[in-house]
Amino acid sequence: MQKVAEIAQKRAIQLLNQGVVNRVIGWKKGEFGYDETPAVFTTAAGIEDFRYDVFSAPNLSKYLIDESKKEGKILAFLKPCDTYSFNQLIKEHRVNRDNVYIIGIECGGMADINTIRNRGAAGVTDVADNGQTVIAHTLYGDVTFDKNEVLLEKCQACKGKKHVIFDELIVVNPQDDEPKNRFAGVEAIENMTPEERFAFWREQLSKCIRCNACRNVCPACSCLQCVFDNPRSGVASKASPDTFEEQLYHIIRAFHVAGRCTDCGECSRVCPQDIPLHLLNRKFIKDMNAFYGEYKAGEDSETRPPLVNFSKDDAEPSVISDKGGDK
Amino acid sequence: MLKIKKSNLDKLYAAISERQILYVPCNVAGKPNFAVWGEGADVDLVSLKTVKSAKEVFFPQCEDIASFRKEGKNISVKSEHKESGDFVVFGVRACDCKSFDILDSVFLADPVDTFYKTKREHGTVITLACSKPEETCFCSAFGIDNAEPEGDIATYFAGEYLYWSPKTEKGLNLTKTLNSLLQTATDKDNDALEKEQKKIKEITGRLPLYVLDLSYWEADDLLEKFNSEKWKALSESCIGCGACTFVCPTCQCYDVRDFDKGHGVQRYRCWDSCMYKDFTMMAHGTPRPTQMQRFRQRFMHKLVYHPSNHEGVFSCVGCGRCVEKCPMHINIVKVIKTFGGDDK
Amino acid sequence: MSVEHESFKPTIVAFCCNWCSYAGADLAGSGRMQYPANVKIIKVPCSCRVNPTFVLRAFQRGADGVIMCGCHPGDCHYSTGNYYTRRRMTMLFDFLDFLGIERGRTRVEWVSAAEGARFASVMNDFVKNVTELGPNRKITDLRTKPEHKEGE
Repeated sequence: MQKVAEIAQKRAIQLLNQGVVNRVIGWKKGEFGYDETPAVFTTAAGIEDFRYDVFSAPNLSKYLIDESKKEGKILAFLKPCDTYSFNQLIKEHRVNRDNVYIIGIECGGMADINTIRNRGAAGVTDVADNGQTVIAHTLYGDVTFDKNEVLLEKCQACKGKKHVIFDELIVVNPQDDEPKNRFAGVEAIENMTPEERFAFWREQLSKCIRCNACRNVCPACSCLQCVFDNPRSGVASKASPDTFEEQLYHIIRAFHVAGRCTDCGECSRVCPQDIPLHLLNRKFIKDMNAFYGEYKAGEDSETRPPLVNFSKDDAEPSVISDKGGDK
Repeated sequence: MLKIKKSNLDKLYAAISERQILYVPCNVAGKPNFAVWGEGADVDLVSLKTVKSAKEVFFPQCEDIASFRKEGKNISVKSEHKESGDFVVFGVRACDCKSFDILDSVFLADPVDTFYKTKREHGTVITLACSKPEETCFCSAFGIDNAEPEGDIATYFAGEYLYWSPKTEKGLNLTKTLNSLLQTATDKDNDALEKEQKKIKEITGRLPLYVLDLSYWEADDLLEKFNSEKWKALSESCIGCGACTFVCPTCQCYDVRDFDKGHGVQRYRCWDSCMYKDFTMMAHGTPRPTQMQRFRQRFMHKLVYHPSNHEGVFSCVGCGRCVEKCPMHINIVKVIKTFGGDDK
Repeated sequence: MSVEHESFKPTIVAFCCNWCSYAGADLAGSGRMQYPANVKIIKVPCSCRVNPTFVLRAFQRGADGVIMCGCHPGDCHYSTGNYYTRRRMTMLFDFLDFLGIERGRTRVEWVSAAEGARFASVMNDFVKNVTELGPNRKITDLRTKPEHKEGE
């Protein structure tokens, strides 16, 4: 990883000096070694603070909606899953492709500081990544973790190490593209009884504080004005005074990104209350795959997403609800 | 100084609950937040910080303030203000306890917020000293002692016991009702407690954010700070969500909204965030159209406007929730450090 | 259980497209075919006009069941509208089921302008099912209930 970061840093400086790009968007070091912040670098000297390691999780594609509309070309480092989001934004005409120079950057999975904390490492002041293990230096001593055990949810269910759009690649250690079952979590809920499902979501959604982090971080949420911010929509509300509002917010959000969600997992990563929001999105992905054929949003920038498409012999809703277990 | 065995805490909760509502950090779906205690509640006094701060008990995220009903040609308006019943908040950390002072300075100043006031009057705050401070903590920068919290009753964990020290009349009154459960601490206990506090102080001294230089913010040059070029770079990666505001113990802005029930209107207030586009939206639009302006507003309020209106008290208690929860890891510490750097 | 149901009259919202299903409802009416009066019909230009928020809004404000009626696939007045409805509502209703909301509260039916009898029988059947499920308590806003008095 460190080697990848060094190459990336050098290449960024090169491209800046050559004038190919006038800005670079990447990740900047934080206070504790696990809190990298997305940042735009404009000078070669500034790139000293560039970091790329197991905590460079933030998906930079969303920033490119604004950045690609500014003067000059920007260099963006995109991880494999981030490239799906970018492709999807091209499809929706939200980014100006010509203004972005994409370097696809190798990703070995990103670690989750919350998992590290939950597993008993309190007071983490720095984290070291040794490839296979992650060592958390804490105020109360060092704790070593198997890296696979502390990966972000989105990385545990990684959809592939392939970059689907790029101008050049930085891949030092090519990795196997072993497909993982992304839908185990969804299936587990599907197998519950309706009452259990309701109780599960009621408890999870009751934690929602309506901070909108899931929405604002989501690359598919690119509306200029969100329905929840529009006083004339009739559903705008800043808080959830009633349990219904919690459901409404998350149903509408999940539905609105259905067919466009690339499953980048940022919503679950940023939720301050750890609501498993990815399950909502994956339910839609699973259903669409089952009913309308395999579809991966963002795999290309042309095909029509399933919900703005149809075929004359689509399954009837009644047929599907009949086979869907308990009525 | 009194004490109670850790294993007897459930009895203590039950005894308090008999007389009044008890709020205590409980795990719901894996996350600790203040909740009403009931039989079988998953009380969590180990986690250092609840996700939402204890301010929620006095200033809930949503609160009905009035309702309207149309009857014929008349509209009846009814205030939803009610006198609060007595209640107890247990397990409040030193930082959260300090935040009540800051909220008081806003809500109890003229015009008094009666909704908040009644809850403050009827609430008894039982604080809990921090046993394991974390890297995100910087309460020391604001003169808060995490080992010696304030409140109506201060409590401390050491060894097998929870130590109990009433500090105010309210605290003494509550303690009286619990006499059968509490024992008097011995000299040996006091030694154990002192040792524990020393340990906490030692750890606190090693916290990475222990020393935070706030002198830049004490200087009186509002416009220089306001017009600084640094805000732009600081706010660049802010996605404009309200996570920092909603987990913050001192953020006190709220919005007033109406809900059409179909048979009347419910007017409620709910937490608002200065990070939102529609914050203080007016007929002509928003006064802060860019995220940089909104970002600046939040930190100028905490570090400049609030102190200049309240005798120099910063509107931050260093709980570190924003440090922990920001999706992009931007926070007040970065702001303080960026400004308090070389060119101070 | 059944004691409650006997007196319970569910509120049903039926979204009907202007060209087929609404005409079908009209035909049922003029043909004096019986279907329960608690079915509230909302006429829409095409079934594909129905935004998922409409369905949720109906539930919020007191519906116990929502049924979506449109032209038979292939017969849409606008050629393809109901094909989109078909996918959209399949997804939405399956999703509501995923959240634990009873499947029987939602349904999609195709009713043509000539099928007055079918409209009546579909409604009778749907109302019967929803009546069996009882009042909607899972996905509704308690504040909108008539019994919701101020401050309670």
